[in-house]
Amino acid sequence: MKLSIIIDNFGSASFVKDAVDPVTPHNTQQAQRKAAMAVLAHAEAGEIAARLRNLALPAHQDLRTPENGLVMLRGRVGGDGAPFNLGEATVSRAAVRLASGEVGFGYTLGRDSEKARLIALCDALVQSRDFGPAVERDVIAPLREQLTVRQKQAAAETAATKVDFYTMVRGEG
Amino acid sequence: MYVAVKGGERAIENAHRQLAHKRRGDQSVAEVSLDQISEQLGLAVDRVMSEGSLYDRELAALAIKQARGDLIEAIFLVRAFRATLPRFGISEPVDTGAMRVERRVSATFKDIPGGQILGPTFDYTHRLLDPSLAEGFVPEAPATAEASTAPTPRVTDILGRDGLIESSPQAEDGAVVGDLTREPLNFPADRDLRLQNLARGDEGFLLAMGYSTQRGYGRNHPFVGEIRFGEVEVEFLAEDVGFAVPLGAIELTECQMVNQFKGSATEAPCFTRGYGLAFGQSERKTMSMALVDRALRARELGEEALAPAQDEEFVMSHSDNVQATGFVEHLKLPHYVDFQSELGLLRKLRKEFAEANAPDAMKEAAE
Repeated sequence: MKLSIIIDNFGSASFVKDAVDPVTPHNTQQAQRKAAMAVLAHAEAGEIAARLRNLALPAHQDLRTPENGLVMLRGRVGGDGAPFNLGEATVSRAAVRLASGEVGFGYTLGRDSEKARLIALCDALVQSRDFGPAVERDVIAPLREQLTVRQKQAAAETAATKVDFYTMVRGEG
Repeated sequence: MYVAVKGGERAIENAHRQLAHKRRGDQSVAEVSLDQISEQLGLAVDRVMSEGSLYDRELAALAIKQARGDLIEAIFLVRAFRATLPRFGISEPVDTGAMRVERRVSATFKDIPGGQILGPTFDYTHRLLDPSLAEGFVPEAPATAEASTAPTPRVTDILGRDGLIESSPQAEDGAVVGDLTREPLNFPADRDLRLQNLARGDEGFLLAMGYSTQRGYGRNHPFVGEIRFGEVEVEFLAEDVGFAVPLGAIELTECQMVNQFKGSATEAPCFTRGYGLAFGQSERKTMSMALVDRALRARELGEEALAPAQDEEFVMSHSDNVQATGFVEHLKLPHYVDFQSELGLLRKLRKEFAEANAPDAMKEAAE
C-alpha cells in the first residue's frame, strides 16, 4: 500500500453530493473505528499515550510520518442550505501499520503530530482481532468517560444560564 | 539618469531589533504566554482566527503576541502562515443544528424548544470598569443546573416548517462551491462566495455596513431570529481512510437574521433571511455579517440596490482588512521615483502658469 504525500479530497468534496451519507454505519467495524476516532480527537496526546502504556503494543511502523496541513471548513447557507467555504483549520495526520498488517489512520485538528500518530496507532489496534477489545477497554472507554464528564459539566454550567420566564399577572384574574 | 539607492539595510535591521525590544516592553514585567493570551484574551484570538481565516488558537495567540496586540497585523501574519501549508482537502459541512450550545438567544420568540440560554455574555452588564479585576481576581465557580437533553433546533427551522420564513437555498447537483482563496473574485458573485468573503471580512467594516442598513441605507427591517455559540464536530472525508473521519470540535457563532417579508403573485409572502457564521465567539461579527448578507441579496429579491451595503462589488472589494491595509500602508514605503516625476511635472506646469499670467509689462520688457 502506497500513500502519496499530499492526498486531497477535492475530487469528491468539491462537488455537492447527494444527501446520502457515505458513512452510514452499516459496517460495524467502520462504525467502531469512527466512534474511537471521535473520542481520540478530543483527547490530548499525553492522555492517549498514558493510556497506551498500559498495553503491550505489537510491532508497528509509520506508513505516513505525521504531517501538518489545512482542511477547508464548510458551513451551510442558513445552517441547512447549500455549502460554502467558511475558513481553514490546521490538521495533523499520520498513518501507522501493525506488523500483522492492519493500517490505521490518524487525523486531528491542530498541529500536534504526535497526537495524529497515536490516533493512527489506536485506529490500527481497533481493527486488530488481538488488540481491538483491549484498546477499547483500556484506552477508548476511559477517554470517552472523561470526555462525557467534561461535556456534562459544561452542559450543567450552560443550563444554569437558561432564562425561566414567568408572567406577571396584573389585576383580577 | 538611473540612480540606485542603497544603504537602508542596517537601519532596517536595527529597527527590527528595536521592535523586538519594544515588543517585550519593560523586562521587569512578566512575559505574557500564549496560553495566557488564548485563555484570557480569548475573543481577540477568535477575531484573529475568523479574519485570518484559519482555525488554530495557538497560532492566533502567537500572532497577537508577535503583533504587539495589533489585531490586523496578527491577521496578516496568520494569512501568511496559512499560505505555507498544503491543503489536505475540504470538510463535510458542519451541522450547527447539532451544536453543543453554550449560548443561544432569540429576539423574536420567547419560548423556543431548548430555551433561551445566555451563556458567557457581556449583555446586561453595566459596562462599569471593575477595579477588582486589576489584580488577583479569583472568579466564583460557575453555577450549575440540571441540563436538559431536549434538542435545541435552529429557530429558523421551526419557523420554516410553517412556511412563514423562506427556506435556505439548496445546492444544485454537481454545483461547484466557490473558493476565493483559489480563484480571483468575479462579479456578480454567488452567495457562497459572498458568505466566504464576509466570514473573513473586517469586523469593523461589516459593523459599519450593517449599521448603515439600519440607519436607512438599504433598510431591510431585521430581527435576530437566533444567535447561537458553541462547539460543533468537524468531519473530513479522507479518501485514504474511506469514510468521514472525526477531526474534533471547533467553536462557532451563528446568527440567523429574519428580515422584511416579500411575496409575489405566485408566492405567498414570507420573511426573508440573512446569515452569519464565524469562528469562536464572534457575535458582533456574525450579526453584522447577517445584515450585510441580507443587504447583498437585494438584486435576487428584486429590491432597488442603491445603498453601499447592497453593492456587492463595493462590499466584497473592501471588506478584507489584509488587502485594505496592504494598499493603504504601502503608501508609507519609498515612492521617491514616482514622486520625483510628479514633482517634475508640477514644476513644469507652474512655470507655464507663471509665464501665462505674467504682467504685460514684463512680457513687453521681455520682448
